[in-house]
Amino acid sequence: MSRIKSRFADLEKRHRTALIPYVTAGDPEPSVTVPLMHAMVEAGADLLELGVPFSDPMADGPVIQAASERALVHHISLKNVIEMVKEFRQRDNDTPVILMGYLNPVEVMGYEHFAHTAARAGVDGVLTVDIPPEESRDFLVALKNHKLDPIYLIAPTSSGERIRSICTSASGFVYYVSVKGVTGAANLEVASVADKVAEIRQSTNLPIGVGFGINDANSAAEVGKVADAVVVGSAIIRRVADNAGDKDAIVSEVSALLQSMRMALDK
Amino acid sequence: MSKMNEQSMQAGSLTNMPDAGGHFGVYGGMFVAETLMSPLAELREAYERYRHDPEFIAELDYDLKHFVGRPSPLYFARQWSEKLAGAKIYLKREDLNHTGAHKINNTVGQALLAKRMGKKRVIAETGAGQHGVATATVAARLNMECVVYMGSEDIKRQAINVYRMRLLGAEVIPVESGSRTLKDALNEAMRDWVTNVDDTFYIIGTVAGPHPYPQMVRDFQTILGREAREQIQEMEGSMPDTIIACVGGGSNAIGLFYPFLDDKDVTIYGVEAAGNGLDTGHHAAPLCAGRPGVLHGNRTYLMEDNDGQIIETHSISAGLDYPGVGPEHSWLKDIGRVQYVAINDDEALQAFHQLTRIEGIMPALESSHALAYAAKLAPTMGRDQVMIVNLSGRGDKDIHTVATLEGMTV
Repeated sequence: MSRIKSRFADLEKRHRTALIPYVTAGDPEPSVTVPLMHAMVEAGADLLELGVPFSDPMADGPVIQAASERALVHHISLKNVIEMVKEFRQRDNDTPVILMGYLNPVEVMGYEHFAHTAARAGVDGVLTVDIPPEESRDFLVALKNHKLDPIYLIAPTSSGERIRSICTSASGFVYYVSVKGVTGAANLEVASVADKVAEIRQSTNLPIGVGFGINDANSAAEVGKVADAVVVGSAIIRRVADNAGDKDAIVSEVSALLQSMRMALDK
Repeated sequence: MSKMNEQSMQAGSLTNMPDAGGHFGVYGGMFVAETLMSPLAELREAYERYRHDPEFIAELDYDLKHFVGRPSPLYFARQWSEKLAGAKIYLKREDLNHTGAHKINNTVGQALLAKRMGKKRVIAETGAGQHGVATATVAARLNMECVVYMGSEDIKRQAINVYRMRLLGAEVIPVESGSRTLKDALNEAMRDWVTNVDDTFYIIGTVAGPHPYPQMVRDFQTILGREAREQIQEMEGSMPDTIIACVGGGSNAIGLFYPFLDDKDVTIYGVEAAGNGLDTGHHAAPLCAGRPGVLHGNRTYLMEDNDGQIIETHSISAGLDYPGVGPEHSWLKDIGRVQYVAINDDEALQAFHQLTRIEGIMPALESSHALAYAAKLAPTMGRDQVMIVNLSGRGDKDIHTVATLEGMTV
């Protein structure tokens, strides 16, 4: 059983909603990332999403774009990100790690070589924003050969037919993008999220994560009532950016945010 | 568009592309975030419906004739041809279109489609500003809200076009991310579209982006190639030996090339921007010196580093300063039907001056790349041979760039 699958099975037993923080690898500098990953687990994260910096992050809002630019100053490559996961695994063999990013760095590395290297380093899932199931055939073969879970996005604009087809390609969990827009959007409507999550549940038994627009304990708790997992990205990156240059402050600020979300989710 | 469809029905033709998923061989496709997949499907359905709709075709033809000023002339550059002492050079005068470039052929078509789809707001990305102006122009005429994204570097280089867009009622939003040029403007337009999908139509200006854009933009631009193909037969009584166009994203080039793809005896050259020179790394020539990757919704040749990050490009011409290229060009390169070559800044500038002084026609710096290659090639050809060069736009917008390079203030 994959780490992601067993983690969700365990959470279900404990009636606990998963908290999934996102950080961009190498932001604001490479030595921050692995200690921050451990700190986030201690603060109550159940799975981790690690962003692979890309020069042209089309689906991201200004906060995560800036994180990519900060990381790229240090020339953080996909290979470097995978090495960070390997380092993280030396102390944590249980917390699932999902790489999130864009297709081109993976194209350059080659699907098979990427999947092989990532799986060996201890990566569990791969969320590639700009490869829909229609274009995924060869990519899926490589991921499945190495027992990596392909995580797919479902959007407010996804039709019932598309939702069913996406859920057929996905494993681990599916990720519902709660707003029409880029990451860090501010117009989250919990009622419409609940409706769409209910619709997705008719098509799959996979756990459903919800992200884009969750920025405090309150919105995390609201979404946590309907979703199996809440994903928090821009709210964390803002704290990283505000404390760039002070590694301890980054760790303590991000931990404080996650602890408040954890408490709100567990109430 | 009806003639084009007849042509594409022939078996073994090079005009059967793309497939239903928007693929030109391994290139093209739909590489976008999930939120855009349904809007793209909606666009595909609308385009498929209206491209065969007699009323839509009639309205488009009317606008192309009376608003754009088509057909554009095919001009025999007698003085220049004699000076080069080689092939007879004909110029397809897209610079004479309303707004001064080929870009309007496409924006007129997409805006009519937007209107039929009930969209009230159009957005666009622009590099040199020609596509932005062409979009702002059709938006003004159809009373649509118009937002144009433009890299802040390009805004500096193309102040006149920025002001033109604002006069036409468009909001020009400077893009400060990445390299602050065309690719970043495209990223930002995509972000706007994903946020406002319900009421917004994204008018992409070149034959790149996710399916159906490369096909749709090509279809709207082939009017210029079909005209040129008829005009040259009237004027010369035969097909041309060679046709040449500059390639940034590649819309003016595909517009010229497409109707000639099955004419096996016609040699086709696409001219990329070599910037400071291909060996310097400071250029915008993905087909000549890049490799395949995925960006802006399609798989195509790109300028990228070994980690798959898109690298900054350089060209004297803002309209060619783009790290990707339309996927159909990538395919045409691989199958060897079109030869892609590159012309550097200095050579383009020289051609700009030559044509201006010898023929009294001031070409855009983009088109000057095609002209510069023609000037290299013509003397190697016989005097009875014929070439067509696409003069895709006029040079008025570039006089500040040219003057600055010569140490003058205008």
